[in-house]
Amino acid sequence: MLSRTADHLYWMARYIERAENMARVLDVTSNMSLVPNAAESESALWAPALEIAGNVEAFEARHDAYTAANVVHYLAMDEHNPSSIYNALRSARENARAVRVALSAETWENINALWLEFQQFFGSNLAESGLSVFCDWVKSRSHLFRGVSFGTMLRDDAFRFVRLGTFIERADNTARLLDVKYHLLLPDEEEIGGAVDYYEWSAVLRSVSAFQAYQKVFSDTIEPWRVAELLVLRDDMPRSLHACFDEITPILEQLSGRRNNECRRIAGELHARLHYGRMDEIFQEGLHEFLEDFVVSNNNLGNEIQRSFLNAAAA
Amino acid sequence: MDMATNLPFDEMRPQPDAVRKIYRAYADWLAGVPLAQLELKRQEAEVLFRRVGITFNVYGESSGKERLIPFDVIPRLLGADEWRTLSAGAIQRVKALNMFLHDIYHKQEIIKAGIVPPAILANAQYRPEMYGVDVPGGVYAHIAGIDLVRTGENQFYVLEDNLRTPSGVSYMLENRKMMMRLFPELFRRYSVAPVEHYPQVLMNNLRAVAPPGVQEPVVVLLTPGAYNSAYFEHAFLAQQMGVDLVEGQDLFVRNNAVYMRTTEGPKRVDVIYRRIDDDYLDPLAFKPDSMLGVPGLLTVYRNGGVTLANAVGTGVADDKATYIHVPEMIRFYLGEEPILANVPTYELSKADDLKYTLEHLPELVVKEVQGSGGYGMLVGPAASKKEIEEFRLRILSSPTNYIAQPTLALSTCPTLVESGIAPRHVDLRPFVLSGKTVSLVPGALCRVALKEGSLVVNSSQGGGTKDTWVLQQ
Repeated sequence: MLSRTADHLYWMARYIERAENMARVLDVTSNMSLVPNAAESESALWAPALEIAGNVEAFEARHDAYTAANVVHYLAMDEHNPSSIYNALRSARENARAVRVALSAETWENINALWLEFQQFFGSNLAESGLSVFCDWVKSRSHLFRGVSFGTMLRDDAFRFVRLGTFIERADNTARLLDVKYHLLLPDEEEIGGAVDYYEWSAVLRSVSAFQAYQKVFSDTIEPWRVAELLVLRDDMPRSLHACFDEITPILEQLSGRRNNECRRIAGELHARLHYGRMDEIFQEGLHEFLEDFVVSNNNLGNEIQRSFLNAAAA
Repeated sequence: MDMATNLPFDEMRPQPDAVRKIYRAYADWLAGVPLAQLELKRQEAEVLFRRVGITFNVYGESSGKERLIPFDVIPRLLGADEWRTLSAGAIQRVKALNMFLHDIYHKQEIIKAGIVPPAILANAQYRPEMYGVDVPGGVYAHIAGIDLVRTGENQFYVLEDNLRTPSGVSYMLENRKMMMRLFPELFRRYSVAPVEHYPQVLMNNLRAVAPPGVQEPVVVLLTPGAYNSAYFEHAFLAQQMGVDLVEGQDLFVRNNAVYMRTTEGPKRVDVIYRRIDDDYLDPLAFKPDSMLGVPGLLTVYRNGGVTLANAVGTGVADDKATYIHVPEMIRFYLGEEPILANVPTYELSKADDLKYTLEHLPELVVKEVQGSGGYGMLVGPAASKKEIEEFRLRILSSPTNYIAQPTLALSTCPTLVESGIAPRHVDLRPFVLSGKTVSLVPGALCRVALKEGSLVVNSSQGGGTKDTWVLQQ
């Protein structure tokens, strides 16, 4: 297929996934703010949401305080924040519009309707009220997008690039979320496995729709290392790193055909680490180091996909 | 036109108390439908069009401001025999125009015969680059939009031919889909000829004009991009034909061939249905600063390495200065009498015509020879004295740039407007497709001037569209 078309499809899916993950982070952070004494201060509660999104500096350049109102507006609706939900959905729709031919009619109409519906939230003060309605809306539109594309698109390269974008973005988001939360909750490395704040960890689980899964899998109290296991190594947990690479690796095999390329190598290596890795070894080397390394490798993979498929040169 | 009262011909009610035969069943139905319900249907259509994204961007406005072309829920009806005449006339015309284009870029016999003046070779739309170039099948205008207006029961005129990159066919198709969704009961009362196969006919034609020797031609649709006002149509047609929708940046030229950049490497392209004007096609040949085109495309095209539809240089045949010669062309090339009439036209390059025009400005429509989209024209009866005097100065400064025509009382069709159902002026653009054969699907884009009394139907000037029903016997 056309490289430019593949590029638009891939980024369309990444932006929708990004919007969904941002909404998840906002939603649980907001829920935490309702738990008495959940955090020392408003800023201790809201700053991590920005860390996960990776745009602390850009926020500080525009705001002087980590208030709920500032952070929510910045992450949800700010036109100046390139990864705000507003910009992510807008970019998703612009990308879709550029390649509506490559999408099933239902998929395009779904994304177009998403953008039309989104306008109902313009100008509302989400931090004050309606944030959970908004976050639910973003999540359900993202679910709809995945459902309608999965249910209606021909299983061709267009579909593969859409799926690829979804899982590259999701892996990145899950790794960042876990890293930031683990870091914050357990400032002291020795305390791993020690005392935890039940609410904080259940919030992390809820943010990736894993609370019920955790109960089913472990039927035990929430332990941070188990949360990490669930989100890193469990292949049956749909937002885990392992599950993402279970999707990514075969897609890249199919897209590459008989060509041997760097994408396949990086993906294969990451997949092997998740497939054959053991949690105690990851902890020995340090979960933070592991996740940091993962985010970098996943990002390299993204760059490599961009180079070999999406920016295809004339040659 | 009814000369005595100067009232325009109404498609449904030529006289206040008489409904034309083909409209009877519709009029009966309409009488039983409350206005509020029609208004609801209109709103439903608007929501659906927005959802499907049948919108266009207005240059300079942010992406939140996409516009819809207003859709009228009351269709225009054409009887089977009316349609037979119109379609035969349109086909005849397009055949002659294609022969004219071949001639003007080869032996120029029509000039030698004294029918078209040699000045045509100096026309800005004449492309010397095309001289001596053979295009597959001798087809230049693969897609032609013929604008027709009606002034009486049996009087149709061709207002202009659109042979460059005519647009609007997606509205013909989407309007039909919308009408079938909104008013299924009407399609049970009327046997309406289907139009949905248009993209298939187009695709067959495009494949048929591939460079000789190509077995499985790769066809693409070349668009200026998502910000072009007709982008929806480009995407729609590419999707319906199952071809790639490409931008200039997706194509490149190598070894006398055109390729597109794909995720699996370069892929050869054989036929380009281009929706970019000649001037922007190839920065090496035409406008050097064009970012929309493909450097080197014209050279490959001239060497027969790729087919462009429409061909380069068709503009010389739909120019308003050429228009006046089309009836003669039909006699010259086909040896037939024109089925469809031209609007009587004054050429302001001729002293007598100029004199007449300047004396009768308040009654005439004056058009720029190369204008389009309803810009740069004077509608005498609707203009103020001041506007007429200003236009007089423009004409005097370069008379050869203008032609003049009597103001036609375009027929009206009942239309849903704010005040209820009222007559509004309409025109009709059928799309004639040329490949191995010349044909058209039984339907057309019907444009309607929504402003009361307005004769300008262009969407850029506040016009809307209607579905056109060609009735089967």
